[in-house]
Amino acid sequence: MNSFIFGIYPYIALGVGIMGTVARYERDPFTWKTSSSQLLRRKQLVLGSILFHVGVLVIFLGHFVGLLTPIWVFDMLGVSHGAKQTLAVVAGGIAGVMALVGGGMLFHRRWTDPRIRKTSSFWDIAILGLLLAQLVLGLGTITVSLQHLDGHEMTKFMSWAQGIFTFDGDAASYVADAALIFKLHILLGLTIILVFPFTRLVHIVSGVAAPLRYLFLRPGYQIVRSRRQSSLPTRSGPVAAARKAPSRTASTHATNPAE
Amino acid sequence: MRIRAQIGMVLNLDKCIGCHTCSVTCKNVWTSRDGVEYAWFNNVETKPGTGYPTDWENQKRWNGGWERTKSGKLQPKQGAKWRILANIFANPDLPEIDDYYEPFDFDHDHLKSAPEMQAFPTARPYSKITGERIEKIEKGPNWEEILGGEFSKRSQDYNFEGIQKQIYGEYENTFMMYLPRLCEHCLNPACAASCPSGAIYKREEDGIVLIDQEKCRGWRMCVSGCPYKKIYYNWSTGKSEKCTLCYPRIESGNPTVCSETCVGRIRYLGVMLYDADKIEEAANAAEEMDLYDAQLGVFLDPSDPVVQETARADGIPEDWIKAAQDSPIWKMAMEWKVAFPLHPEYRTLPMVWYIPPLSPIQNAAEAGAIGADRDMPDVRNLRIPLKYLANMLTAGDEEPVAHALERMLAMRSYMRAKTVDGVNDEGIAARVGLSGRTIEDMYKIMALADYEDRFVIPTTHREQVEEAYDLKSGCGFTDGNGCSTGISKPSLFGTSKRPLKMPEEVR
Repeated sequence: MNSFIFGIYPYIALGVGIMGTVARYERDPFTWKTSSSQLLRRKQLVLGSILFHVGVLVIFLGHFVGLLTPIWVFDMLGVSHGAKQTLAVVAGGIAGVMALVGGGMLFHRRWTDPRIRKTSSFWDIAILGLLLAQLVLGLGTITVSLQHLDGHEMTKFMSWAQGIFTFDGDAASYVADAALIFKLHILLGLTIILVFPFTRLVHIVSGVAAPLRYLFLRPGYQIVRSRRQSSLPTRSGPVAAARKAPSRTASTHATNPAE
Repeated sequence: MRIRAQIGMVLNLDKCIGCHTCSVTCKNVWTSRDGVEYAWFNNVETKPGTGYPTDWENQKRWNGGWERTKSGKLQPKQGAKWRILANIFANPDLPEIDDYYEPFDFDHDHLKSAPEMQAFPTARPYSKITGERIEKIEKGPNWEEILGGEFSKRSQDYNFEGIQKQIYGEYENTFMMYLPRLCEHCLNPACAASCPSGAIYKREEDGIVLIDQEKCRGWRMCVSGCPYKKIYYNWSTGKSEKCTLCYPRIESGNPTVCSETCVGRIRYLGVMLYDADKIEEAANAAEEMDLYDAQLGVFLDPSDPVVQETARADGIPEDWIKAAQDSPIWKMAMEWKVAFPLHPEYRTLPMVWYIPPLSPIQNAAEAGAIGADRDMPDVRNLRIPLKYLANMLTAGDEEPVAHALERMLAMRSYMRAKTVDGVNDEGIAARVGLSGRTIEDMYKIMALADYEDRFVIPTTHREQVEEAYDLKSGCGFTDGNGCSTGISKPSLFGTSKRPLKMPEEVR
């Protein structure tokens, strides 16, 4: 069971998550969206959404760097495992509480506001519930972490995560003796990756890509689209009239407007 | 210099009767769907009033359009790119649906399904969003129709800026006009500039501004970016939508639905040639009052042989150059100077222009005197304050508006002299700097307004820029993916599940 959940399920989740995301982007781009509901109700959204998003982003970056940076990099930098764990507990704790409070506000709004509730799909509510549960589990792991501050437990998860990405067949065994709450947290995390392409979460991809394109790839502000297949030659001034001026139209008999 | 062509529109407010036919036909064609019930790509407002959505003109509140920074840079009023991105989690400038109105319908079925009862059955309203009963409708798309509501509310109209407005609340001094509004298809669209996804674009060949529905991610920055509030967030699809200038019709040389159905024949469509390289400079004029003139400076005279030759070099088809020469927009905006852009101070260089309305003479005695000797009344005595129109059309500069109104009055006097007295009074024309012949031309286009004079729309020339052979056996307009039917009943990816209701077998 342990080897299925931590050795095989990660590949299922990542496979479905990545392939599903690509397929959705490719086949059904019209459904790719943030599903913002701010238009329908502003109340509770501004504060809730900012807290939630900022918190989740910090947590996401923390997990990404914390789990996937090879352990020897930390050793080389002279960061002790204990110090790294303390940093993770403090930063993750603060961001987690932010995200939980914000997410709680968003869930309350989505569940109780008739406008939002009626226009929510099953997955709009379900994914928010899953994320909240994941936040609670994640914050719950802090209580376990505080009982052993040497960072030893944490290195197990680093080895496991890096083992998954390096196709280490023994990856599952590294977390076999971890505390249950950690295991639940990982299981739910993998499940969120699994359902990612079927929910509004796909907007995360755009949320990373669009700002980069907007800031760095788009020159200026405007976009003009043309059906032309070869671009027009560059030219600095007007082209001199090649043929004789045609007879002026009746309208130009009007008094010249420049007065 | 880079010449591009744009389909522009002029609305002659002097002839608008406020019948809303444009709004209704537009709604029937484009927005009678879930999620955009509240959206009117075209709406007609009674002015003075706060409009739809409420107070839309007040950019201190909504931060729409552009601003010139202290250092002389042109940037969206809601902020530069990084500032817009910083608001991506919650947009502080986004209107709520209640700023438009909560869409509603009436429980018509109750009229026939009600049981026998003491009271007459009524069709009560319900919300189109939640389906719940609405006890009292607080707002609609045209809540101030014919000066509805109290003056204290309507007088919050932004165009009263710099006007002692109290007296216009008095019965004797009251005034009104209609303002039909649609997307301005700006030369410098603030919506497109605000879109982080790059989904909003201007078409090179005709200047129509469109939203790519497959690229829109619903960041909703365009809604707040547009100062005219003419981008609508579809709460059902999660994408923004806007007026398309009925591009399938325009491409085939037909006027937009709103123009086609206008019973007052107030709408004109035609080609304008402009210099794309001058846009930024024009939009960034130092003084707001210079913006109207700056925009005039962007347009190019289609009868100038140099312009024609350059246009050809820039790939503008021959019949478009010809259409630009016959363009009613060019005549009214550039030659006669009777049409003006709506709120040039937003720095978007809008391309839907307006002819200001004449109104009755304020002073009754003076009004009597006019009939006697064909004297032209002072346009400052018209019932609608000049300053009010100037705030709407020229960023507060009264002179060009006064000039236009004088020309319109002169047109009436001249034609009255001609048809009633049989005199061609060149003096009347000369006083407003026109010739009798020009006035008759104005009369033909503005007063008679024949169909072919109003709409000079060349067809599109895709064959010149695309390989038409590759398009054969294509799918035409589809909503789905390429040639798929677009029907995929319970969608895996969370689209709304609305399967076709097929007849079922009788058991």
